[in-house]
Amino acid sequence: MIEVHREICAYCGCCVSVCPEGALELVDAYLDIDMNTCIDCGICVRVCPLGALEAKK
Amino acid sequence: MKREYDVLVVGGGPGGAFAAKTFAEKGHSVLLTEKRPAIGAPVRCAEGVGKALMHEFLKPEDGWVAAEIEKANIIAPDGFTMELEPEKAGSEVGYVLNRKVFDRDLVWMAAGAGADVQVKTRAVSPIMEDGAVKGAILNQGGTTHEVRAGLTIAADGVESKFSRWCGIDTTVPFREIETCAQYLMTGIDIDPNATEFFVGNSIAPGGYVWIFPKGDKTANVGVGVGGDRCKPGSRPVDYLNRFIARKFPNGKTLELIAGGVSVCQPLSCTVANNLMVVGDAARVSDPLTGGGIYAALYTGKLAGDVGSKALEDGDTSTQALMPYDSTWRSSYLGKALERNYQIKEVFIRLSDEDLNAIVHSVSKMNLSDFNTLNLIKNIISANPKLAIKLGKAGLKTLLDSL
Repeated sequence: MIEVHREICAYCGCCVSVCPEGALELVDAYLDIDMNTCIDCGICVRVCPLGALEAKK
Repeated sequence: MKREYDVLVVGGGPGGAFAAKTFAEKGHSVLLTEKRPAIGAPVRCAEGVGKALMHEFLKPEDGWVAAEIEKANIIAPDGFTMELEPEKAGSEVGYVLNRKVFDRDLVWMAAGAGADVQVKTRAVSPIMEDGAVKGAILNQGGTTHEVRAGLTIAADGVESKFSRWCGIDTTVPFREIETCAQYLMTGIDIDPNATEFFVGNSIAPGGYVWIFPKGDKTANVGVGVGGDRCKPGSRPVDYLNRFIARKFPNGKTLELIAGGVSVCQPLSCTVANNLMVVGDAARVSDPLTGGGIYAALYTGKLAGDVGSKALEDGDTSTQALMPYDSTWRSSYLGKALERNYQIKEVFIRLSDEDLNAIVHSVSKMNLSDFNTLNLIKNIISANPKLAIKLGKAGLKTLLDSL
C-alpha cells in the first residue's frame, strides 16, 4: 500500500497523471488513494518531485 | 440553483477559462467549476510564455506580466553559455507571468462574458447515458448534485481524471512525465530580462534547470527531471537544493512549487460524445520545453469555436466534434508538438559530452536564418558522432517531423 506523507506533499498531482489504474486523485489540497484500485506498482512513489509517497508492505 | 447548462467546463485554468469565455461570448449558458478554493493557486508553473504566441489571444495587462524577456541563455554542462538574442531566440522571447493574477483574470473575463463560476466545486463523476456524457455529478462544499450539460469540457489539468472516467486513457507513461520542483526566490543576482536554461545529466537528467526572472533580484528557479531518472535522494527537490546551494547560497525562498508536466504524445483522440478535452488534460504541453499556457489557450478557444457550432447544429457527437481534434493537430501547435516530441526523444538521451558539443557548435552558427531544421542540420554536421548515435531510423523520424 501507498502512504502519503502529508507534511511533504505539495499536492501537485504529478503522481495522479502516471497512475495506470486511476487509483489516485488530487482532491483540492490533499491526495486521495483508492486502496482497492491501487496495484502497488510504485510508479507514483518513483516520480514524486518531493518524495512524499512511500510504498509500505 | 441552475442545474442545466449548454456547457459544463471542468477546471478553471487558462484552457477552461478560455473555453468558457468563448462559449459564453457565443451566447451559450456556461458553468465553469474549479475544485480549489481559489483560481490560480497554488501555482504549478514556471510562468514563461512566448510573446508572439500570447499576443495571438491576449493583450498583456500590467498585473499579469512579472518580467519581459529579451534574451535566453543556454548553459552547457561545462559552463559554456550560449546567448540567444531576440532575433535568434524566436518564440523564447516572451513574458514571465504572474499566474495567480493571470488565471484569475481569464476566469473573470469568462464571468464577464456571462459564464457562471463555482469554486471549491469538484466533478466527482460524469453522467454517462447511452455512451454519451450528459454533464457531471459535482461535489460543492460537501454536498453532491447533478449538473446536466449538452457539452462537457475536460480542462482538469495534468492530474485529469474526468476524461478517464469517460473512457479515454489519459495515463502518462512514467518516463514521459517531467517531475519538477521550483522556488520563487528573491535576493538573487540575475539578469532581470534573460531566461537561463542549464542542461546536463548531473544537474537535471532528462530535463533542465531554469531561471525565469520575475522582477528585480527575483525569479522562478526550478528543475525538471525525467520521471524514469527520479530516485530517492535524486528527486527534483534534491537537484534544486543542490543547484541553489551552489548558485544562490544567499537567496531567500518565498514559495515552493511542485508539479508534473507531461512530455508524451497528445491523447490519441481529444473528443468523445458530448466531450472535449483541452490543455494539459489533453497532454498538449510542449514535450521539449514543458510550456503549456499557449496550448491551453489555443485548445480552449478552439473547443469553444467548434463546440459552439456543434451545439447550434444540434449534434455534439464524437464525429461532429472531430473538427476540433483534427484542427489543432494540423495547426502550428500540433506540428510543433510533434516536432518537439521527436527532438525531446533525442535530447533526453544525450550525454554531457554531446550536450557540450551541441551548445558550442550552435553558438558558432550563423543564426540569421535560425530555424529548427537549420539548427538540427548544423548540429549534426558539427557532431557526426551524434548522427551515428541517432542512427538512420532516428534521424529520419526527426527530419520527417520538421
